[in-house]
Amino acid sequence: MKPMLLAALVAAISGSAFAEEVVVYSSRGEQLIKPILDAYKKETGVDVKLVSDKEGPLMERLRAEGSNTPADILMTVDAGNLWQASNMGLLKAVNSPTLSANIPAHLRDPKNQWFGLSVRARTIFYNTQKVKPAQLSSYEDLADPKWKGRLCLRTSKKVYNQSLVAMFLAEHGPVKTERIVKGWMDNLATDVFSDDTKMLEAIGAGQCDVGIANTYYYGRLMKKSPNLPIGIFWANQDGKGVHVNISGAGVTRYAKNEKGAIKLLEWLSSPKAQSLYADVDMEFPANPKVKPAAEVAAWGPFKSSLINVANAGTRQAQAVMLMDRVGYK
Amino acid sequence: MQSSVLRWRAVAALISLATVIPLAVILASIGSPDAAIWSHLLEYQLPGLLTNTLWLVLGVGAGVFVVGVPLAWLVSVYDFPGRRFFAWALMLPLAVPAYVMAFSQLGLFEFTGPIQTWLRDTWGDSSWVPSIRSTGGVVAVLTLAFYPYVYLLARNAFSTMGRRALEVGQSLGLSRSQGFWRVALPMARPWIIGGVTLALMETLADFGAVAILNYDTFTNAIYKAWFSFFSLDTAKQLASLLVTLVFVLVWLEQRARGRRAYGQTGRAAPLPRLPRLPLSGARAAGASLLAFAVFALAFVLPVGQLVWWAFSVWAEELNAELAAYVGRSLLLSLMAAALVAVVALALSYAARRDKRPATRLIARLATLGYAVPGTVLAVGVFVPVAWFDNWLIARFGAALPEGTTAVLKGTLVVMLLAYTARFLAVGHSALDAAMHRITPSQEEAARMLGYSGWRLAARLHLPLLTGGMLTAMLMVFVDVMKEMPITLMTRPFDWDTLAVRIFNLTAEGQWDRAALPSIAIVLAGLLPVILLSRQKEPA
Repeated sequence: MKPMLLAALVAAISGSAFAEEVVVYSSRGEQLIKPILDAYKKETGVDVKLVSDKEGPLMERLRAEGSNTPADILMTVDAGNLWQASNMGLLKAVNSPTLSANIPAHLRDPKNQWFGLSVRARTIFYNTQKVKPAQLSSYEDLADPKWKGRLCLRTSKKVYNQSLVAMFLAEHGPVKTERIVKGWMDNLATDVFSDDTKMLEAIGAGQCDVGIANTYYYGRLMKKSPNLPIGIFWANQDGKGVHVNISGAGVTRYAKNEKGAIKLLEWLSSPKAQSLYADVDMEFPANPKVKPAAEVAAWGPFKSSLINVANAGTRQAQAVMLMDRVGYK
Repeated sequence: MQSSVLRWRAVAALISLATVIPLAVILASIGSPDAAIWSHLLEYQLPGLLTNTLWLVLGVGAGVFVVGVPLAWLVSVYDFPGRRFFAWALMLPLAVPAYVMAFSQLGLFEFTGPIQTWLRDTWGDSSWVPSIRSTGGVVAVLTLAFYPYVYLLARNAFSTMGRRALEVGQSLGLSRSQGFWRVALPMARPWIIGGVTLALMETLADFGAVAILNYDTFTNAIYKAWFSFFSLDTAKQLASLLVTLVFVLVWLEQRARGRRAYGQTGRAAPLPRLPRLPLSGARAAGASLLAFAVFALAFVLPVGQLVWWAFSVWAEELNAELAAYVGRSLLLSLMAAALVAVVALALSYAARRDKRPATRLIARLATLGYAVPGTVLAVGVFVPVAWFDNWLIARFGAALPEGTTAVLKGTLVVMLLAYTARFLAVGHSALDAAMHRITPSQEEAARMLGYSGWRLAARLHLPLLTGGMLTAMLMVFVDVMKEMPITLMTRPFDWDTLAVRIFNLTAEGQWDRAALPSIAIVLAGLLPVILLSRQKEPA
């Protein structure tokens, strides 16, 4: 055991002695960001090290490591997670004119501790053989009894749905929100699903008529099975717009290479990197100057909600409790 | 004598630290409950979750017994077409991680899966098919994933021990089936209970499979507290309750086992085995059919589904990177298997040398890590290590190179210690069962021949325990291959394994892309599983 310990020690020490390196703790799938980080290395020579894990363990890791963390950047999906990291004091404010210019205000932290890097829209999908787009209007409308036995949803344990309900809370307040979610429960065609793809497949197979999912799941599924009778509908166009969330990142409070971390974030928000970052998983770029990939643009333009995504974090616990109360599993 | 007993107690205590420290970190949370979260959980979550968990434990407990024990009895006592094949093939599901089993079975049996789609295309309706996302479905999936523990241990018992007992039974006029109920089953109790306990601990700690099937168990409350309410303390408090519950169960089991002896009398050398009873006609067909049905449901179908998915993604996923993941997974599993087997041996031997309750209790404590949800245990390991590192750096920072952020953290040592905390139960149950079979009279005889201390252990115990050691190593090997949360949290930089790859791919729901690394895990686990079943299976 001893030689191994020594070897590991030497490795740990020598590893940290080399020049430019940025360490990223990421809960975003490695295959989705590796190509972009490789491009960054090619351009700048900076080596980016990636540690992937779930958000919870990553934050706990940062907290336990304290000032001795090797991480310079925390990257996660969903603003709720980033808000929480900031709330736990794991991130540090960054004043970068480049980031402020590239990322719209509602897609970043009001305190500049984290920044959205891609936008994910959560909207309504329907079975084209059973539903006409004219019958659809908003998320709230799916609580109407006319959808009884026709609605499919993903589990409330997924943060995407927690954020969606948190945004309702911001917009409608608790009483109306609870009525909406209760209405959804009354309309369910079958038990809630554990992932968006399965739910979309169920719409395609006619198990249910309508449902709510993130667009990139739809994009992936239709690429694989283009003949499924599933249509996309942009929700709430007469109201606040489609619910959007982000994947994003922030600089850690005790970053060893703060400058390098900021430079990487700035580069990621630049037009060239934005396409790479968003297109790899059919998401929307966060930088409004950058157009989405052609296959994504083909879904048509839409109005998206401008409520700051940070609201997903502040109201998340409240949203989860509400969903528990009405029996949304 | 007295001092050597104390020495063994010290060894047991030292070993248990690997588990006790993480458990203490988890238990330390008990002081400060968050009232708002607790009252919410108590009112809306826990009653339902506890009921679900109870059904799951009863269902899986009964399931693994009903599937595992009869199959073990069939293949070790009877002969029927395909017996030699099924004897080892029935072990294969052990190589399939529960989360992969769940996803694969869900893919097969859901409304949109091939089976229901075929039913609809052919008969126009599939609504009569019971949902797999139900209590029954979850029990079935976990039973298929975990029955091999019971099957393996029960078969070891049936085919190696009780030959004498069975012979005696026969000479007293018991038929084979009477021999099963009256002699073999009671004698195999420690093995069967060991297997069922492992299956139930896995069930209680499981999060992946129940999350995929969206079945809310107690683990769900733990993760909800942590990930949705961001209260790791509440999560740890809930985990503490779980650990306490398991500890009470294990303690009760041990009390129930009491002082009964399970040693074989007579020669230690293998006895000439009884000839297998050939089955014929309908009985033979029934036995083959039963074995085939279990094998098909637990292995052929789910792996077939994985292979089907792999066809569409192999171009993207089959590359040098995959080979590197395989290499690291194998290396880690080997190291962990060897370490856990040695540690389990020391623990088991310590408990044998020092029979006092205190030492047995310590041995029990050391194996509790298996019932803690992996992610929570990972935090329990990581927090004290990070704390220790921070202390070292604060204290001796001047002597360390500039910018040092880790000493122990992120080394294989921590990772292996964490695996030990998690899988000691697996190694221990295999070794302890073997240890029980060494009779006190064998030890006395060896003592009278002048052997004592280390020489006694080396000349008597070790040779009689090689089988148990091998079983322990192989089981731990397969378990480490499948392990995900501890690997994620404690792995050094650039030590991504197959399980890490599966995590990366499934983080955004790309389960079909994860088919190839999943198959790689199954394949890597096949050899040890086959070895495992060949062992104790004379030609």
